[in-house]
Amino acid sequence: MAEQTTKTTEQEQSSNGASDNGKRLFGIDPDAIKAKATEDINAFKKPTRTDLYKSIFRVKHDDTPRSRTLGVLSNVFLHLHPAKINRDAVAYNYTWGMGGISFYLFWVLTWTGVLLMFYYHPTKVQAFRDILYLEHDVPFGKLLRNMHRWGAHAMVLTVWLHMYRVFLTGSYKKPRQFNWMIGVILLVLTLLLSFTGYLLPDDQLGFWAVTVGTNMARATPLLGHEGPFGIQFGMTAYNDVRFALLGGSIVDSNALLRAYIWHCVAIPGFAATFMIVHFWRIRKDGGISGPAPMVLQKEIKPLRR
Amino acid sequence: MDWHQLWTIISLPDNIPIVGLMFLIPFYTWYAFRQAFANDRLIDQLESDPEMAKTHHRKTQPYQKGWAREVHVWPYLLRIEFLSAIIVTAILMVWSITLDAPLEEPANPTLTMNPSKAPWYFLGLQEMLVYFDPWIAGVLMPTLIIIGLIAIPYIDTNPLGNGYYTYKQRRFAIWTFLFGFVILWCAMVVIGTLIRGPGWMWFWPGQTWDHNKLIFEVNRDLHEILGITDPILYGIFGFLVVGGFFLITAFGIHKLMTLTEFNRKILARMTLLQYLTMQVLLITMIGLPAKMAARLLFRIKYVWVTPWFNI
Ligand code: HEM
Repeated sequence: MAEQTTKTTEQEQSSNGASDNGKRLFGIDPDAIKAKATEDINAFKKPTRTDLYKSIFRVKHDDTPRSRTLGVLSNVFLHLHPAKINRDAVAYNYTWGMGGISFYLFWVLTWTGVLLMFYYHPTKVQAFRDILYLEHDVPFGKLLRNMHRWGAHAMVLTVWLHMYRVFLTGSYKKPRQFNWMIGVILLVLTLLLSFTGYLLPDDQLGFWAVTVGTNMARATPLLGHEGPFGIQFGMTAYNDVRFALLGGSIVDSNALLRAYIWHCVAIPGFAATFMIVHFWRIRKDGGISGPAPMVLQKEIKPLRR
Repeated sequence: MDWHQLWTIISLPDNIPIVGLMFLIPFYTWYAFRQAFANDRLIDQLESDPEMAKTHHRKTQPYQKGWAREVHVWPYLLRIEFLSAIIVTAILMVWSITLDAPLEEPANPTLTMNPSKAPWYFLGLQEMLVYFDPWIAGVLMPTLIIIGLIAIPYIDTNPLGNGYYTYKQRRFAIWTFLFGFVILWCAMVVIGTLIRGPGWMWFWPGQTWDHNKLIFEVNRDLHEILGITDPILYGIFGFLVVGGFFLITAFGIHKLMTLTEFNRKILARMTLLQYLTMQVLLITMIGLPAKMAARLLFRIKYVWVTPWFNI
């Protein structure tokens, strides 16, 4: 409709202009241009009606239930949520918000981590110096490193607390058993992420922590050269699991490179994938488990197998 | 009392999470149990008043007429998420501006750190190394913890308490988790951080970390104490001791699981496989404090010695 009206005014104006020869400049009617310009300026006053805006946002954002729903459903990031949820499910005292906070921290860690990667080389020669450089010369480098470090610690805490509340609310029970399993995998991945990151500054703290940690792998039954039945299984310091983890028999440059790749590529990739499954399952399992109506002992249904 | 020593440990930036842990875990435990007990009172009421159970008064904050049962995610959930993101960011910023991440000297394989500690979240495992060989503390136990956690939903046959805090309806499960998570895991992390000093020796809070401290403890194997010298004989003997421990603990756990009428009802819902899995996992879990007690009270090093492994 709007386009058609514009066209008619255009035609009118141009036909008017044609009759009024005196105002034409190089065959162009200044009035017509003025009218066009006014039209454009007026359009800027209502940006939500431009084609550009509509092509990006697709739906109206006025305060109607329909728009609120569409606002969530038509956004790729928000559509993990349903459009509506149980009124109780937003209660902080129920979920403690710890799952969401864990996810947010993972997100913060991804961004600060990417920024750190711009300054870090995973080599014995450069790694430690890069950290010094970050701390003393890179603008906000120290803040960046601190946020990444403390964010990682905080994420370990929030994931533990999240697990604790999921247990205490019995939210792992049917039908959420599988999502609990995904959760445990995420817990392990979170710890491994933290652990692999510990070595990267290549300082005494990380070196000895990783030495202590990986020395335990020596003792893996069957697969470690100091573990039960390891020797009988043909294990030496040069072919057991510890060797595979470190890329050598000591914590050295290969170990640094391996830790770097696990830390920056592989484990974040796995964790992100499992998080997607985790969130997907929350919805498929019927949303947050509660606060649900209480069930009494006498109402327990007999088992059907 | 060496306050300075205590302060150096607590104020170590890397130890902040443990200090946080010592407040957060008790706080959230209290927070959860407060709601659990409120719910339990309501459950009592509902059980004694069948008429009430037919209404929607099945939550501590029951639905009221005129309320919408569902709310829009936009804005009711998204504003909470947005606000928490801002708060978390603010906390993280303040934390990062005030405290610097540690950076020690460059890695030096010839200069051992003393004490050399794993990152704090693995200190529970490192603490276990005191009592068990590495293949148990570092490999078997972590594996069993992961398997055990995954197994929880599949061996807990109690259908009650799904989606609300309660203590009354899930006593056994809740005690088990408190024991495993709060007492064994978190407490061992705290011990590993605050108590263990140079040489991984035990220093009470406020005791000075003495780098020259030596303790002459003689830990002996059980068979040595009992004077059994023949390797084949004490191999068999150790097997009997460990086997005996499994049987006695299994018996005790079974007693606990059949303590009340309700517990017996839940037990009847378990398959044999579920029951055995649960027993093995719980016995192994109790094995840890049992070995700790054996070490601390009787200075026992191993109870079962074989040419291939020692327990
Ligand atoms: C990286 C780690 C994790 C992230 C980002 C994460 C994220 C979330 C989020 C956002 C929720 C929604 C409810 C809430 O916030 O509490 C949730 C629910 C859930 N999580 Fe996690 N989670 C993680 C780890 C875990 C772990 C370690 C477990 C258990 C061992 C677990 C088991 C569950 C279960 C069973 C639910 C459904 C709870 C319910 O319906 O009440 N998650 N998770």
